[in-house]
Amino acid sequence: MDKARLATALGAPSGFGQSQFALTRGNAFEAKVKADGGAELLRLVHARLDPGAEAPAGAAVPDLTAHGPEGRTARTALALREAVRAGGWTLLDHPMLALDVAGSLAFLEPDAVVVHPDGGWSVVEIKSFPMVDGSADPAKVGAAARQAAVYVLALEEVAARLDPVPRVHHRVLLVCPRDFSNLPTGSAVDVRKQRAVTARQLARLTRVEEIAGALPEGTCFAPDRSAEELTAAVEAVPATYAPECLAACELAFHCRERARAAGAVTRLGRPLRAELGGLATVGEVLAAAHGETGDPDDPAVAALRRAAALRAEALRSADEAAALRAEALRAAGRAPSPRAEAGEVSACP
Amino acid sequence: MSLITTLARLEAVGSGRAQPAATVRHRHLSDRPLVFVPLTTAGETGAPLGALVGTDRDAPRLLAVPQPRDRDLRFAFLADLADIVLPYVDAYAASVEAAERTETDPETGKRVKVEAELCADAPQLIVPSRAGLDFVRLLGRSMRFRRTAEQDPDAPYPAPPRVPLLGRWLTHYGERSRVPGSSLLLALTEVLSRHWATGQSGLEDQHLGALLAWIDPPDGLTGAEAARRAELERDPAGQLLCPPAGPATDPAFDNKLLAPAIERYDRARTALAAAEDPLEADDRLAALTAAERDVRDLVASRTRPTWDAVWRGLDLLRALPAGAQVEGRWTRDRWSFTGHRDRVLAGEPPQPRRDDAVTAANKLATREREQGRLEAQEALDDPLVMAGRRLTGEAFAGEVTDVVPAYSEGKRPSPRPLVTVRTDDRPHLAERAKVYRSLNGRPQSAEYVGCEGDGVLVVRILDKMGRGKEPEPGSVPEKGDRVCFTLFEHEQRGGAKLPDPEETPWTHGGPPGEPAPEAPDTVTEEDVL
Repeated sequence: MDKARLATALGAPSGFGQSQFALTRGNAFEAKVKADGGAELLRLVHARLDPGAEAPAGAAVPDLTAHGPEGRTARTALALREAVRAGGWTLLDHPMLALDVAGSLAFLEPDAVVVHPDGGWSVVEIKSFPMVDGSADPAKVGAAARQAAVYVLALEEVAARLDPVPRVHHRVLLVCPRDFSNLPTGSAVDVRKQRAVTARQLARLTRVEEIAGALPEGTCFAPDRSAEELTAAVEAVPATYAPECLAACELAFHCRERARAAGAVTRLGRPLRAELGGLATVGEVLAAAHGETGDPDDPAVAALRRAAALRAEALRSADEAAALRAEALRAAGRAPSPRAEAGEVSACP
Repeated sequence: MSLITTLARLEAVGSGRAQPAATVRHRHLSDRPLVFVPLTTAGETGAPLGALVGTDRDAPRLLAVPQPRDRDLRFAFLADLADIVLPYVDAYAASVEAAERTETDPETGKRVKVEAELCADAPQLIVPSRAGLDFVRLLGRSMRFRRTAEQDPDAPYPAPPRVPLLGRWLTHYGERSRVPGSSLLLALTEVLSRHWATGQSGLEDQHLGALLAWIDPPDGLTGAEAARRAELERDPAGQLLCPPAGPATDPAFDNKLLAPAIERYDRARTALAAAEDPLEADDRLAALTAAERDVRDLVASRTRPTWDAVWRGLDLLRALPAGAQVEGRWTRDRWSFTGHRDRVLAGEPPQPRRDDAVTAANKLATREREQGRLEAQEALDDPLVMAGRRLTGEAFAGEVTDVVPAYSEGKRPSPRPLVTVRTDDRPHLAERAKVYRSLNGRPQSAEYVGCEGDGVLVVRILDKMGRGKEPEPGSVPEKGDRVCFTLFEHEQRGGAKLPDPEETPWTHGGPPGEPAPEAPDTVTEEDVL
């Protein structure tokens, strides 16, 4: 399902897109890293992940072309098995892996997978954000680590089918441009935590068939339907919007609108739920805070009323202070015009 | 986010307008700040695309790089930027006043006061958003190790003069912005969201247009509607009406407008280089100039709305009265500025790529201390911030219902009066816990004695009552006074002194040794900066 098209049909298009400058630069960098049969890349893998092994000269780079994603997945699995049997270094350029996500098969394409001489496998992730003085943007490194963790899980499934089971390294190699050049530099990233989190989340996911089974008969997400029909169809799938969705999902703007219409408090951030106890909508919270509804013995309600009273008191005292200041200014004969007091703020165009 | 801020955000949702999160301004604002609205090229590290910069809201200077991959054009941009920023910095560096500074005497080890110069004011740099802060840091890092032809005649790509100096200043400003409460370099979105609570999440508050839409929505629109418009609305050509505050640009702008314009510029330049006779060259030069102007216009069209928004945000902030202790924190910024000015004048090398252990530990200690100071000062300056601390049990306010004179035991009894306070707050007081209140701007400490029923607390005042047997008038609260005691200290104590760098223990890498001059970055044919 094309969620971006669906979002557009719903009237809340996603803001995702990639600049062609970034795309060109990213591709050029990856090509440079993998040039000469991946010599530079293997040198980095050797130096950062497996310095004890022999130097990677003349590594095998098997051809992985095949028909369709299933064909490529099978070809990759075969190449991995052969590489372990052959020993030595092998570089798999853009292999294809399959991972079971909630009952449906997802195909993944890591930038590269390297087979070590001892038969171990490791994932290589090539990114075009820079590593300046040995450190990179933590948010981007975190995203890369989460992505690599998924590849590690998929590789482990392939490995489990072999005998003896080869080791899949939990340290992946992140390759980035160094400083302000486009020379590659690498850093080992430990993805054990991300791997564990992803594995747990995958195990907990509701299976796609169950979600589909719970949908009313005739639900259809085809983008050529009317916005009302689609809204009803999307509504049938339960989702809880939180601001983090904006960075990850094409439908986030749609869900945000729905959350706003429903008055859900989580659209201001997930932690709010913990603070507000059982109060889930803005209306409920405000009514409870102003003493109109809610059980005063409920600790969340009591805390809210206290907060509302303190806030009102503080704002009142600030207003009094502002009035005093204005009075003092007037007394000093420098009465400000109301226009200056408002800060001469022009309206938004 | 504390419950009181959460409530303010929800009130903003309810009323459709941002609600105050502070009643005074907690950051210093210069009368003449330098506003810097940069744009960068997607995917290229620190390859600026252009910027609006200046101190006059009606006359910003537009700088643009028609081909960001061209090193000479980037250097020209940086040289232009240096020509704007450095004279602004120099103007402040020149005007000094006499001040005193405490230093440790190297011979006696005592703390002594020494005469020092302090710049009377400091330049202030304003960027639109947090990403702008990172960009200032990145620009600083990319420039400060460059070599000019004068420093190193053999440098393969010499930088224009003054560019390395600009790099050092931007690095200093970028580092200083990490100190809580400092105002040398401010990201407007951060300052605005410190003072107003909007009806959207903190993540969405990083969009300057949406944030301003909540604080000051145009007539006839609620904050939510205006914010949505600022975030998403596009013109018929698919371009955002309110472009992102940068430095990153919208991909639709890159792909539909910028890329074709840069390509036209490239073609015009190739054509000019291939021109064979002067007449033809003249025509082609005109075409090149036109292509360059197109890129400049595009950069201007994406930066000008942000530029105007920044000044509007500054207006909103200026309408708030400054907090009482903002000036004191600005003085620390002035010391920081003066210190760096002196290091530059003394010919010290640029800031190293990595700090040694002692410098790094000192920086962390400073940030921690300043964080504590900022939290205490903001609460004391602002009843709304204090309300948040009262809610969490870190302070209590109430009316004095009784004052009983009492004295300390010993040869010379001193006054230790007992004060009974009736309060609705629920402070987390342990037995004999110290509490503090502000007495004419200085902290007076007291000790918690006990609780005499629901909401009736007794404290014993301990100091600031003078040397006599009777407390000085005004130093002890009287019956009927409103008082506010805090459980946190008002002033920060310095931590343990760190060893000199030469005495760095082996656990932290040992002494750093003689500082070797940092080598410039290696340059390659296709690198970006």
